[in-house]
Amino acid sequence: MNITVKLFASLREQVGKGEVKLNAEKPMTIAQIWAQVSEEMPLPTHILMALNMQYVEANALAEAGDEVAFFPPVTGG
Amino acid sequence: MKVEIYPQPFNPWSVLQDYEALRTQSGKCGATACFIGTMRDYNEGDTVQQMWLEHYAGMTEQYLLQLAIEVEQRWQLLDSLILHRVGEIQCDQTIVLVAAWAGHRSPALEACRYLIEELKQHAPFWKRETLNTGQQRWVAQNTPSE
Repeated sequence: MNITVKLFASLREQVGKGEVKLNAEKPMTIAQIWAQVSEEMPLPTHILMALNMQYVEANALAEAGDEVAFFPPVTGG
Repeated sequence: MKVEIYPQPFNPWSVLQDYEALRTQSGKCGATACFIGTMRDYNEGDTVQQMWLEHYAGMTEQYLLQLAIEVEQRWQLLDSLILHRVGEIQCDQTIVLVAAWAGHRSPALEACRYLIEELKQHAPFWKRETLNTGQQRWVAQNTPSE
């Protein structure tokens, strides 16, 4: 089973990926997932993170079957 | 309660009128407050030609529904409405419509203000502007509420 990782807006363009499947044999923190997906880019200061469509912090744990998302500050409305 | 993402332009006044017509007329509603956000043709000193609005399908709808439930409970509303555009948007088109129905003006106005401010701070939407020069840029952050 994989962890699905999604990136949105300017962050997708910076990293050059919109969606990635990560092989997850054991739980990983959101920060570890970012490091893997971004190929060790530092975690941007104002980045927002979601686990299964709920906001979380970088130390939250994700496991196989979960969906993780990274995105810049939101600008709707 | 209604939460909807619109990929096509909509007329907020027609939507409100249609929604009002469908609402149960209980005799309890004394106040309706609404906010309509519209696309300007300028931002940060530049002329903006059009805009692209991206969202996180699934999380956006889930967040807005949670927000509407929270607001209805907190202000004891009779009803609430949140509609938001996505996709390509032209100047003067509506971006967002929020509305709150209550027994009195104070909860209706406070709930309406809270709805739009929370949406702007937390709902996963992102604007990409196309300037009149052809340059495209992501809007980095929303303007403060005051």
